[in-house]
Amino acid sequence: MSNLDLWTYAVVGVTFTLYIGIAIWARAGTTGEFYVAGKGVHPVANGMATGADWMSAASFISMAGLIAFNGYGASVFLMGWTGGYVLLALLLAPYLRKFGKFTVPEFIGDRYYSQTARIVAVICLILASITYVIGQMKGIGVAFSRFLETSYEMGLGIGMGIVAIYAVLGGMKGITYTQIAQYVVLILAYTIPAIFISMTLTGNPVPQIGLGSGYAPSDGAMTLLGKLDQVVTDLGFKEYTTQVMGSSLNMFVYTLTLMIGTAGLPHVIIRFFTVPTVKDARYSAGWALVFIALLYTTAPAVGAMARLNLMETIQIGPVGAEDGNLLYADRPEWFKKWETTGLLQFEDKNDDGRIQYYDDTNPEFEAKAESFGWKGNEMVKVDRDIMVLANPEIANLPNWVIALVVAGGLAAALSTAAGLLLAISSSISHDLLKGVFMKGISEKNELNAGRVSMIAAILVAGYLGLNPPGFAAGTVAIAFGLAASSIFPVLMMGIFNKKMNDAGAIAGMLAGITVTLLYVFQHKGIFFIPGTEFLAPSLGMGPNWFFGISPNAFGAVGAAVNFAVAFAVAAVTAPPPEHIQHLVEDVRIPRGSGEATDH
Amino acid sequence: MTPENRSAYWKANLRLLSILLVIWFIVSYGLGILLVEPLNVFSLGGYPLGFWFAQQGSIYVFLVLIFTYAFGMNVLDKKFDVEEE
Repeated sequence: MSNLDLWTYAVVGVTFTLYIGIAIWARAGTTGEFYVAGKGVHPVANGMATGADWMSAASFISMAGLIAFNGYGASVFLMGWTGGYVLLALLLAPYLRKFGKFTVPEFIGDRYYSQTARIVAVICLILASITYVIGQMKGIGVAFSRFLETSYEMGLGIGMGIVAIYAVLGGMKGITYTQIAQYVVLILAYTIPAIFISMTLTGNPVPQIGLGSGYAPSDGAMTLLGKLDQVVTDLGFKEYTTQVMGSSLNMFVYTLTLMIGTAGLPHVIIRFFTVPTVKDARYSAGWALVFIALLYTTAPAVGAMARLNLMETIQIGPVGAEDGNLLYADRPEWFKKWETTGLLQFEDKNDDGRIQYYDDTNPEFEAKAESFGWKGNEMVKVDRDIMVLANPEIANLPNWVIALVVAGGLAAALSTAAGLLLAISSSISHDLLKGVFMKGISEKNELNAGRVSMIAAILVAGYLGLNPPGFAAGTVAIAFGLAASSIFPVLMMGIFNKKMNDAGAIAGMLAGITVTLLYVFQHKGIFFIPGTEFLAPSLGMGPNWFFGISPNAFGAVGAAVNFAVAFAVAAVTAPPPEHIQHLVEDVRIPRGSGEATDH
Repeated sequence: MTPENRSAYWKANLRLLSILLVIWFIVSYGLGILLVEPLNVFSLGGYPLGFWFAQQGSIYVFLVLIFTYAFGMNVLDKKFDVEEE
């Protein structure tokens, strides 16, 4: 066993032991502890737990790569996945905390005095959360199989086992305290390599400042971003700091979808049910964003610096000069290692033994490339995930840092998976069982039912992780569209509009989620089955036919449909009864939050 | 608490959150997306300014907005005597 393997086993082993230790210490004895950690979590602690709950395998492993290859265009993810917390803090969290119940569908059912509304909300919640959890399960399996030399299945099994121990024993209470530990692991794992790399490239250890600083090898004559813009455009790629994703309109709508989707994701909302007061809920949302911003403001530096490192590794001299490109035989160790995983692939198209990495889809650059004797881009695969995974090796960091990055990726995936699984299982045991089918169930039996549905949810998620359905690739992005178009609008109207009624809410949710799903299915196939796309070019429905908006960005349009349909239906149906209007007035006032917790 | 007081508290809350949401919108959608090109003419700490708002500045502003809201609501809760015991 190599030194790196030893470190990886040691660091992953220590963190997993810690999670299990916390699980044994933080067992849940009541449904209140199982669903909302007894409402006794300190707002700063909850902020940290929310950070881990929120930052998934996608944030940790994939986002920096998205930024590296999309440059400015990736701002939609940076703004979208943080700006949602403003909406959550101002429009939802304090009021839902005041309401003081256990789940999101429970609020919808009570506010709209309708079992149907509650069941529709459960379905929307499960659709959004399941699509999200598959991505986490895949992340766990991939991390294990790449770094610990186990099979994907075995890695997935170990991950499921760990989550099962602390989520089944401790429910929300166990999940909260493990998420705090997981946050510490993941933020260290993310920032330590970033600090080293920023130091090397710019001489400034703070990545947020380093990204704007002078590029060290040029003695500060060029900024790092200026250098990066030059390097990529010299090779025909789009200019880093200005390249857009689709169009400005698409970026606008995409950002909006991610923001309202973030605010509408049940596993994030229920974290704010765990703090003692309404005041705490407001502050806690701020703390959550502090902890998230630590990673999110570092990610642009990681993305840009990793891209620059990669380009400079391959293009060692002037573009077009004979010895300007790296000899394949001289490629560094990390390059070889990531080739064996298939994340990097090289193909010597012009048989010169050197690596040409450029944009061969750019027609303007083609003539130049031909004059150099280049016959196409030879880096046939550069997986975006290596921007984080290979970062410590590219920067020659010690083995313990690499081991920490593995533990960080696992922490990000496990913490998000646990939060999602709790949202799913509580909606089954509390909303469906206790709320609809077995109203007389005792607290002890409901707690057991909660544990059984947790185990069932883990098994379903594990099964889907092993047999990812066709849509698994784009899953996480679609979950935001679903939450944005179904859950966020009815929650907001429930608080801010006293006259919104049951019929309006139900019609709104169904219309919003249907429109969003139809647009996605049009592009990607009915239930993502290949060959069932039904775009009709004869009717002017080409790809992204609706004002150039891409399917993943469509949730905001779905949300607008939700609002419009809800208001139209509410205008022609009976207004809500008197006691519901009182309930809304009561939710708007903090006083009395203590009483509301007594069920 | 009287109904008038209740509605005055709610109006004050709506005023505060509308102001903050206008700033939220201007910073992210305005400065970060719609006005990014003209802003990129300027630079801040080595970043093109529009790019900085999109990848750094908007996130810092979001933080300030949430803490301002939490602080402002504390003041309102006390003023209208609706804070938690």
